[in-house]
Amino acid sequence: MGSLTLQNIRKSFGATEVLKGIDLSVEDGEFVIFVGPSGCGKSTLLRVIAGLEDATSGHVLIEGQPVDHVPPAKRGIAMVFQSYALYPHLNVRDNMGLGLKQAGRPREEIRERVAAASHMLGLDDYLERRPAELSGGQRQRVAIGRAIVRNPKLFLFDEPLSNLDAALRVNTRLELARLHRDLTATMIYVTHDQVEAMTLGDRIVILNAGRIEQVGTPMELYNRPANLFVAGFIGSPKMNFVEAERLGQNGAKTLGVRPEHITVDPQSGDWKGSVIHVEHLGADTILYLDTEQAGLVTVRLFGEHRFAPDDILFVTPQPQRIYRFDADGRVMG
Amino acid sequence: MSKARTSPWRSAAAHAVLIAYTAVALFPVLVIIINSFKTRQGIFRSPLSLPNAETFSLIGYETVLAQGDFFLYFQNSMIVTVVSLFCVLLFGAMAAFALAEYRFRGNSLMGLYLALGIMIPIRLGTVAILQLMVASGLVNTLTALILVYTAQGLPLAVFILSEFMRQVSDDLKNAGRIDGLSEYRIFFRLVLPLVRPAMATVAVFTMIPIWNDLWFPLILAPAEETKTITLGAQVFIGQFVTNWNAVLAALSLAILPVLILYLIFSRQLIRGITAGAVK
Repeated sequence: MGSLTLQNIRKSFGATEVLKGIDLSVEDGEFVIFVGPSGCGKSTLLRVIAGLEDATSGHVLIEGQPVDHVPPAKRGIAMVFQSYALYPHLNVRDNMGLGLKQAGRPREEIRERVAAASHMLGLDDYLERRPAELSGGQRQRVAIGRAIVRNPKLFLFDEPLSNLDAALRVNTRLELARLHRDLTATMIYVTHDQVEAMTLGDRIVILNAGRIEQVGTPMELYNRPANLFVAGFIGSPKMNFVEAERLGQNGAKTLGVRPEHITVDPQSGDWKGSVIHVEHLGADTILYLDTEQAGLVTVRLFGEHRFAPDDILFVTPQPQRIYRFDADGRVMG
Repeated sequence: MSKARTSPWRSAAAHAVLIAYTAVALFPVLVIIINSFKTRQGIFRSPLSLPNAETFSLIGYETVLAQGDFFLYFQNSMIVTVVSLFCVLLFGAMAAFALAEYRFRGNSLMGLYLALGIMIPIRLGTVAILQLMVASGLVNTLTALILVYTAQGLPLAVFILSEFMRQVSDDLKNAGRIDGLSEYRIFFRLVLPLVRPAMATVAVFTMIPIWNDLWFPLILAPAEETKTITLGAQVFIGQFVTNWNAVLAALSLAILPVLILYLIFSRQLIRGITAGAVK
């Protein structure tokens, strides 16, 4: 349906530079996630793609055509907003059909496309209701329906799940994944939640302070992070970082090991430490240890384990799973 | 805590204060209306008593309706107030939308300039305004009053409305842009309905000074055919003799239209349709 190319996008608001040169190409039919901490410029980038903000410099190409001077409505995109942004004075049917009506499509076609979208999202019973009469999840489905009806080249999602409660979020996530398979549409999705990013995306773009840190599939980012930021951002609980000097290792500045790649033994091991806190999650047990050699270390064990605070334990990182970072935070060969 | 809040004593005290305030505020209005239905002797002998069989009289209303062209005065006041109000709300909302929505060089300076009028009373410029109106041949026309009142009402309208428009969700406006709505449609169909309570507030605050104003009608439009109701009522106040029946009757009648307009707007003050639009 649509490919997207970004060429050296820069955006400044006054003196503050929010985007510092973004290059990216998204293939037809891909589900790409922009993820990063708040203030990293991911939403601004999405708004530049949508045409709601003009880039200070650089070009946006949709299907190979530059759209820098094309208004949002003519770019062939649809956007789903965090706050749903439904028109309060229109019922669900008109909310979904307004874009087509503005484009001057025949009434018959509008009705068919609204019917198809509402059927896909299970909104058939609510077509005559106003947004005020719907629940949060229903409103979000209407917002998604409004995007589907437009049959766009590119779907843009701006943190669409962050206003939903946890259970609904998981459901809607599944629904979005299914939608992407059914529509085989190109989708760009902005979130600050790395779990959403890992579960939904074909590819993830990690942004930090207006720059792209790394682009890759979820497993590439998990297994081969390019730098300290990506290593720390992907994975929960966060990767343990230890200053190499403390461990007497030369060459690297920082060593990193994920909590799930550490083994625990009561008798012997590399690092000796006492338990500070234990979290029992059922499927996992998470240990926080204060070690003599490496400082605070988080360990994730699968299944249930009986540990209590102040237990003395030995932990050993799996050698092949240790990441080494140089002084600039980049991963070393 | 909750016990203290629902205590009957507190509730009674609060009601007593509010009732006292209401009584104080309504008392002069009540006195005017009561006395407008009394004879001259009735008014002066006991101004606070209700009209009885002896003192009841409609002489005031008869004088008002017979003398002068009171319906014309009413009509003039209505035209001036309604048209000025319309202009203030329309142009004020448009300026507020531009200030709240678009980033451009000098935005905050422009906002300050537009709000400056709140601090500087327009009457200071009366002489210049009069010269302007004489030069443009607008003296003794309703247009002159409408122009002056629009200028008088705009600063507060821009100030209040731009604050409210900043609170209208950006996502909603952007959704409209993606659906291909023009900026005018976004303004009229999406934003204006959401700031309706603010518009009503501005309308009430703008309307009352215009309706009650004596200064500009006296200076800019004192001719018989352009007199407003407040100016018209002055014919009964003489230097030596004042026809109190007529003055009170004219004032009672003059309350009615503003009261109706106020009732229309105050409904809007209470409810907005924002609920459910966002989040």
